[in-house]
Amino acid sequence: MVKVFIYPSNSLILSDLVDRFGHEPLAVMQEIGKKIRTAGIEIPPINITPEDPKKGLKYAAVEVPSGVRGRMSLLGPLLEEAEAAIIVKEPDISFGCMGCARTNELINFLVRAKKVPLLELDYPKTQDDAKEFVHSIKEFLDKLGGE
Amino acid sequence: MAQDDIISKMVVLHSTFTLPSDLVIKIYESKADVTVKETCFGLIIEGKRQDVDLVAKEIRSLDPNRIFIKERGVPPGDPHRCRAGRGGGAKPGFHMHEIEFTLLPFITEALEEIERGDVFEKKVKSPRITIEYLKKIIEEEGGKEV
Repeated sequence: MVKVFIYPSNSLILSDLVDRFGHEPLAVMQEIGKKIRTAGIEIPPINITPEDPKKGLKYAAVEVPSGVRGRMSLLGPLLEEAEAAIIVKEPDISFGCMGCARTNELINFLVRAKKVPLLELDYPKTQDDAKEFVHSIKEFLDKLGGE
Repeated sequence: MAQDDIISKMVVLHSTFTLPSDLVIKIYESKADVTVKETCFGLIIEGKRQDVDLVAKEIRSLDPNRIFIKERGVPPGDPHRCRAGRGGGAKPGFHMHEIEFTLLPFITEALEEIERGDVFEKKVKSPRITIEYLKKIIEEEGGKEV
């Protein structure tokens, strides 16, 4: 089982397909879950602990908007665990925790810099696109092996 | 990732013949130590990771190509997400869910194709506009060859 970083990190389709084909998706929901269930955080996941900016500073300088560092404190540890990555290029659906363009650029850069096996795709718009999308993901995940 | 961690999983159903209640019954039958909430889109399951993973695997087998599962950060009925306490409006995460939901029938079709073992031939896409297509556009716009 290989740990596969997915982007958009809250995607149901990517998370499901990675899990379905026998690997472990690394999604932001896992990190949010940890925050929610940590006692003492008042309004999770909006509040951050003093440890979070330190994690974020590892990826973005202090003059970078705080939102980027906050998001990186969630996504950074996932990226470090990643053994492979699936990225959907320029998704329209960058809402909520995925709604920061600078963080998204930084994540895309860091994934490439990590030099792990990477699959880049477009979100499907038609049935044929979806077939290609699913087949490409299956082929990529099968090649990773590690079952 | 400890097996004793408490996690939530979201089960999204896009089927014309399986209902969330069918999945709930299956979970009750398994006697797993999990909390289940039936929702408009499917279910939310909460419990220890090992139990939730096991239950998720079991219910996926009911209708494998039409049941989609992902981990969810917040537990079912969480006051930070529940609209009753937030003054209405869409829940965070709804928009992502709404857009991906429209793609699920296509994904189902593709998964069925894989299950049947159909061979898929990738179409080779031209990365840029072809000369023929450019000429066609020029002609349509009234341009003439010099």
